[in-house]
Amino acid sequence: MIEVEGLTKRYGATVAVSDISFQVQKGEILGFLGPNGAGKTTTMRVITGFLTPSEGSARVAGVDVVEKPLEAKRHLGYLPENPPVYPEMKVREYLTFVARIKGVARGEIKKRVEEVAEKCAVTDVQNRQIGKLSKGYRQRVGLAQALVHDPDVLVLDEPTAGLDPKQIIETRDLIRGLAGRHTIILSTHILPEVSKTCQRVLVINQGKVVAEGTPDELTRRLQGYETVLVTAEGPAPEIMDRLQQVGGVNLVEPREAADSRVTFEVHAEKGQDVRADLARAVVESGWKLFELKTSGLSLEDIFLKLTTKDLSEEPAAAHAAAVQ
Amino acid sequence: MRNILAIAGKELRAYFYSPIAYLVMAFYTVLCGFFFYSFVATYQMESFRMQAMGGGMGAPPMNLNEYIIRPLFEGVLSVILLLLIPLITMRLYAEEKRAGTIELLATSPVTDGQIILGKFLGALSLFAVLVLLTFVYIGTLFVYGNPSFKPLLATALGYFLFGGALMSIGMWISTFTKNQIIAAGVSFAVLLLLYVVDWVSSYSFSTVGRVLAYIGVTTHFDNFAKGVIDLRDVVYYVSVIVLGLFLTARSVEALKGRAG
Repeated sequence: MIEVEGLTKRYGATVAVSDISFQVQKGEILGFLGPNGAGKTTTMRVITGFLTPSEGSARVAGVDVVEKPLEAKRHLGYLPENPPVYPEMKVREYLTFVARIKGVARGEIKKRVEEVAEKCAVTDVQNRQIGKLSKGYRQRVGLAQALVHDPDVLVLDEPTAGLDPKQIIETRDLIRGLAGRHTIILSTHILPEVSKTCQRVLVINQGKVVAEGTPDELTRRLQGYETVLVTAEGPAPEIMDRLQQVGGVNLVEPREAADSRVTFEVHAEKGQDVRADLARAVVESGWKLFELKTSGLSLEDIFLKLTTKDLSEEPAAAHAAAVQ
Repeated sequence: MRNILAIAGKELRAYFYSPIAYLVMAFYTVLCGFFFYSFVATYQMESFRMQAMGGGMGAPPMNLNEYIIRPLFEGVLSVILLLLIPLITMRLYAEEKRAGTIELLATSPVTDGQIILGKFLGALSLFAVLVLLTFVYIGTLFVYGNPSFKPLLATALGYFLFGGALMSIGMWISTFTKNQIIAAGVSFAVLLLLYVVDWVSSYSFSTVGRVLAYIGVTTHFDNFAKGVIDLRDVVYYVSVIVLGLFLTARSVEALKGRAG
């Protein structure tokens, strides 16, 4: 549903996003995880057509966002980090305006506005001025706005930032409920956030994708594995067995096979460098070793960064959680 | 068209939700009323004196258009617009950028052109209200006197074009900042420069002087104020409006490249 290829965005000499590629399948929730300034927002802004990419391309529902921006935007709902609301407008009036510029058919507008207001639980404030609503309500109005034209793809930038714990849980439930019907990309700098909402995670740091996988895979890596990628040529099952026997290795998983070469992901105990032993094991068994590299080593640093950021940035939320 | 109207409607309502529309209208009505009254009073005194001094009842009455309407538009209202138009246009882009709502507009299936025209139309509608207010005053002249109607239409058209030209420039300047006050200040400075630039022609008769006189935004209002529609003046104002809209479009396009 979303295809991003070789996306690069430069602001003058600064590279905000560098050669990012990924795909999101229909109905999937993909999480962007990364510290502030990692390039999450920039990537999202390119997908939504707010910024033009310096290089690379992005397609939404098969439509290139640069070549056919209007058509691509019809498939897109976008909630920026700060909900793009007009504080002087009333909720209902605002949603009606958004429905009009999003191209909802004239006869449908009233019905759609009522539906999304219902879905995002803002019906009870629909006649109130947005500027006078609490942050949580404003966020939900922002979400309603993104949904009003029933887009195939939803792009949500930090949808739970600045909310209190109760509101965070409500918003997560709401987003999970939207998956399936909508394809969703959401960004966050909070680790637990992704494991609760997303099916797949892309970890971004300094404009680059540094890890990708399901929340489980990422958490496993986080819990003290050194990951080494071994590419060798030979009989796959036997190689796997042999690697398994190397001291300090916990788990060997085949990752990909190209021609006769197979790549294995080897999880070793934390703090152990098993690379030399792995190399010896492969070579001494008479197979050809093509590549041996550590993977995800920087991941921990990033996670560390993320978690510390979280604590320092949201003392209120942490405090509230502690009280509970 | 539907998108343009949706955005124009939103802009117009935004003016009336904020104090801006009321402030601008109040300011305008008071000043316009004051000057209208003083021109009428002067006119009365002058015409009494003419009658007393000269041909008695035989002298033709002084021309209302020439003695009240023309100085009102040319000497006073054009200056008031210089102050008020920046107040109207300052929020057009600056406020969208500050509040982040520009992201909503820019990621909606509407073209930049539709957004720009919608905003321009919305601001122009507020200005149209001001023009109507002016004609409430001028309407009283029809009750007590008999000004010529057709020249008045020409003046109204010219005034509208004049305001539109100032507005498209103000809107362009508003795209550069998130701060409405800066937008208003810079717009005022630029418009003031355009207003006074033709003064150069009074002491410089070179080509430069003639060019500056042509650029001057008031030079072309003179005929309209007299009640004459000269195609050259229409072309001038329409060109300025188109140029302002075009520059706005370029500026908005450039935002997609950077934007922080």
